[in-house]
Amino acid sequence: MTELPGGVERRRVDGDEGLATRGEPVYGEPYDGEWRRWDPHRSKVGAMIESGLETGVAEGDGVLYLGAANGTTASHVADFAGPVYAVEFAPRPMREFVGVAEGRANLFPLLKDARKPETYAHVVEANLDCIVQDVATTGQARVANLNRRFLADDGRLLLALKARSEDVTREPETVFQESLETLREEYEVLDTARLNPYHGDHFAAVATPRSE
Amino acid sequence: MTENAAGWFESVRPDDPDAAREAIENGSAESPEDWPAQAVESGFAEDESDYYGKLHEATLHAAREAVQERERADDQQLVHAVRAMDDADRTANELAERLAEWAGSVYGESGGGVDYAREVAGREPAGPVEERVVSLARQVVSLADEREELRAFVERSADAAAPNLAAMAGPVLAARLIALAGGLEQLAKKPSGTVQVLGAEDALFAHLRGNAPSPKHGVIYTHDYVRNTRPDERGSASRALAGKLVIAARVDHYSGERKPELDEELDERIERIRSRGDDD
Repeated sequence: MTELPGGVERRRVDGDEGLATRGEPVYGEPYDGEWRRWDPHRSKVGAMIESGLETGVAEGDGVLYLGAANGTTASHVADFAGPVYAVEFAPRPMREFVGVAEGRANLFPLLKDARKPETYAHVVEANLDCIVQDVATTGQARVANLNRRFLADDGRLLLALKARSEDVTREPETVFQESLETLREEYEVLDTARLNPYHGDHFAAVATPRSE
Repeated sequence: MTENAAGWFESVRPDDPDAAREAIENGSAESPEDWPAQAVESGFAEDESDYYGKLHEATLHAAREAVQERERADDQQLVHAVRAMDDADRTANELAERLAEWAGSVYGESGGGVDYAREVAGREPAGPVEERVVSLARQVVSLADEREELRAFVERSADAAAPNLAAMAGPVLAARLIALAGGLEQLAKKPSGTVQVLGAEDALFAHLRGNAPSPKHGVIYTHDYVRNTRPDERGSASRALAGKLVIAARVDHYSGERKPELDEELDERIERIRSRGDDD
């Protein structure tokens, strides 16, 4: 079992043992005192940790979260990380997300398009420790490449790849390999995993910026 | 480098949330910088934790306001707009007919429709009768113009309120379906067989009373995939279309994310239906 980031523990909550973080509950998840369950079925980052990926994420890290949706995972990340900049494009999930961010002083919601980093580079700080990306659009690897500018030289990219968003008609494995090829233009890929059984047809990659 | 060096807080007073929102929403930079340090240096914040506090307030305010604004173009506004568009259209045509009859008798012409009304509206009236006729013509023109404005508004807000449905059905048909169902949520909860015959209620009830065959389509008839499919395959085409439209409405209502793969799935399905009879 890989080491968990500080602030994330395996705990017995509501009868079952699983990942948990400390913070205000947000989506009806079970909690015990200040610890609340981090359900890997509802969170790609939770699933990455459960799949044994060496995420390299540590307590207090500066994070850029692309594709925050309604903030389920971003809220868990904000429980143990430092400043978390969370980009989401769609207004409907963002409305719920604003409610989640209200109770977390280190979580900054941005209604922006992750394909256009220049529209938020005046807000998001440089040299972040980690980018989490979970966007359901075509060209997911390109989005990661475009956002490399926010990452410190030794920073980590945690990429969740949804094969169906790239091409519904082709083999998920082929699509994933092609996305990794694109990703290697800007990153060195450290580790990969399938997110089964938590998220079907999803792959994950951990990568770090390539040194020139 | 100079234009790149400005963070969102540059030229924003710490106590002005709307200026901060404007800067976050419309500002840009090619690459990020150490904004917390720069904000402290420029005096915007006392220290790093003060900066993060201000950033939290500013991003929350900006996101909240932007969401509200985007959602004001919501489904209920769309329902009102598409109904008003249809009313304006019907009224403009009715009045244009009346005008054609009246103006024809005054000027001894046989024009008709909104185009004729435009012609009459440009004239200089001589005497009290022509004054009324020209004034009526101007009302027709102004109603027809309003209908076009409403159509443009419907197209814009259908894209915002239901991006997947609007892309698949076209914005005006998307708006009609939402209006017939009573809202996007109601449409998202309907079975696809109901959506298939929305707008054909008269025919449906005649069928249920046992007097008529079941209707194959309601307003979705105006969609190219139904209208331009051979009559004997139209039932299949409208069933396939209705099925995908409901999925699009559900994605729009529950997630709001654009999913282009839905359109492709429908395109392939229709392609198969249309090519089915070709080998006979």
